[in-house]
Amino acid sequence: MTLRKVFRHETILALLVVIALIALDRQSDNFLTLDNILNQGRLMTEVGLIAIIMTFVIVTGGIDLSVGSILGLTAILIGVFWENVGLPLPVAIGAGLVAGTFAGFVNGIIIARFRVPALIATLGTLALYRGIAEGVSQARSVRGYPEWFYVLGQGEVLGVPTQLWLLGLVAITAAIVLGYTTWGRTTYAVGSNEVAARFSGLPVDWTKIAIYSASGFAAACAGAIFVSRVSTTRSDMGTGIELDAITAVVLGGASIFGGRGTIIGTLLGLILIQALKNGLSLAGVKSDGTVVLIGAVLILTILLSNLFHRDTNR
Amino acid sequence: MSDENASRFRARRSAPARFLSTYGQEIIIAAVILLLFVLVSSINPRFLGANNLNTIISGNAYIAVAAIGMSMIIITGNIDVSVGALIGVLATISGTLAVAGYPVWFAWTAPILIGAAINGIVGALVAYGRLPSIVVTLGMLSILRGGLVTVTGGAWINDLPPDFHFAQQRLIGIPAPIWVMVILTVLAFLWMRHTAFGRSLYAIGGNAEAARASGIPVERRIVQVFMIHGAFAGLATLLFATQLRIIQSTVPPNLELTIITASVIGGVSILGGTGTVIGSTLAAILFSTIGAAMIFLNISPYWLRAVIGVLILVTVLVDMQRRTREIRKAKR
Repeated sequence: MTLRKVFRHETILALLVVIALIALDRQSDNFLTLDNILNQGRLMTEVGLIAIIMTFVIVTGGIDLSVGSILGLTAILIGVFWENVGLPLPVAIGAGLVAGTFAGFVNGIIIARFRVPALIATLGTLALYRGIAEGVSQARSVRGYPEWFYVLGQGEVLGVPTQLWLLGLVAITAAIVLGYTTWGRTTYAVGSNEVAARFSGLPVDWTKIAIYSASGFAAACAGAIFVSRVSTTRSDMGTGIELDAITAVVLGGASIFGGRGTIIGTLLGLILIQALKNGLSLAGVKSDGTVVLIGAVLILTILLSNLFHRDTNR
Repeated sequence: MSDENASRFRARRSAPARFLSTYGQEIIIAAVILLLFVLVSSINPRFLGANNLNTIISGNAYIAVAAIGMSMIIITGNIDVSVGALIGVLATISGTLAVAGYPVWFAWTAPILIGAAINGIVGALVAYGRLPSIVVTLGMLSILRGGLVTVTGGAWINDLPPDFHFAQQRLIGIPAPIWVMVILTVLAFLWMRHTAFGRSLYAIGGNAEAARASGIPVERRIVQVFMIHGAFAGLATLLFATQLRIIQSTVPPNLELTIITASVIGGVSILGGTGTVIGSTLAAILFSTIGAAMIFLNISPYWLRAVIGVLILVTVLVDMQRRTREIRKAKR
């Protein structure tokens, strides 16, 4: 085991997480309690689902800025399908998830088939999907969902918040797929050298389309959970969540140029951000001050990681 | 990207073809703006009133000015997602200085210098720290936005001195923001096309290694272009902060994305190396024209963003088609 392997990005990050947890625990008695941890997990789920699939997107060398808009669009569509169209709620949720996945599929088509850079394509659909959500809703909100729907966002199963089970399932599946399957290796190959991947006969276009569709699906799931958690539907839901998700992924060691990144890293990034947010607010720091710290941590971590990997990053 | 550059290179053969391929995007946007004006004014003639025209063009002038700096950043192959937050911070600084009794000229120019200084740090992290610009500016976005709300506590600035409102002044009947926007756009355009410094930005974005090999100090240029971009953010602040009687501690949501969008629709390739600032200024005018047209045509403004989204996608798809055609032509 070489020194460089010991100081790989995930190890540095894990150390940071442990230090942060210990330091924050000394500030407040309520920080490392089971109740608080589970509750933080609940709050982390929406951005977590998006960030896990965003890891795949960024590993292919792409980016998806439209996830926040897809979240908002799905939320609005669930509300409209249920209240205005009159569909039963499970069908409305299903239709919302299909619509969100389709929105991601459209991203994939624009990026893979028409060769539009992902940043621009999803910048366009960010405006488009949020615009459709605003246009459809006309700034009206939908409330009064049946009681059972709130189990998803506010309830518990076996003492653990419902959505946390979903997050765990997605995280484990994603970690296995990205780390141990042909699919995962294809993802890395596309991100490391797209031309070489194409010449090796890998289905580059379909890999991308599938990943952006999955990103749309994850954002749609996050939308359904969001509506259930806050009991209402509004068109501005999820604004800016794309930057939170990307921050977690990049903090987790994924290279924005593609070819590098792990699910474990992303999860550590998510935990560090959530721990800082919650721990500092328990210690009496205003939440906006925490945002400053997260920005600084992001820059410093990547800078630190670059010091150990100077040659590999160039 | 090499294909793209090759196509631009070969297009130099005939002057009209070269003009079209260099300024195609700008011509298209100008045509769309004219078309919108003709269309909407034929339905509602009041659309062409002098007041309305001034409002349409001056309302988004600060976006156009910020997009000039953003275009330079994108042309070098970088990006800045923190500029919206930066404008918010600079506006608050400017307003605070004015209320504290400093001379107005000082409150106007301080944001320009502070913007350049802050983005100088960003540029240094990108150039010498070897960090991707999207990562640094993502971090900077959090720092600036969080810092602003922490310091101000979300309070608005009132009681601004009456002579602070630069954006409300007029010269020969034309609002000051329009003058600033037009002059800065023309100067920046000429500077980027006809000076060694300006040309080097295109060279860095086209191929940083080749630029380095031909003796351009790439790192220093990156820091400088980020500082210039910061100064333009300060100039945008001068227009943004002085247009209303109050300064809020927030900026319009997704302001950074609107500014990036103006650059991209204006024809600046996100891959770097191409584009002009005339296109980005026209694109900023196009946004406010669409917004105003929708009001005059009685379309719910809630659809505005959907229209802009479609516009981005159509522009980019048409642009990709044109490039593919040019590459094919060049290969033949």
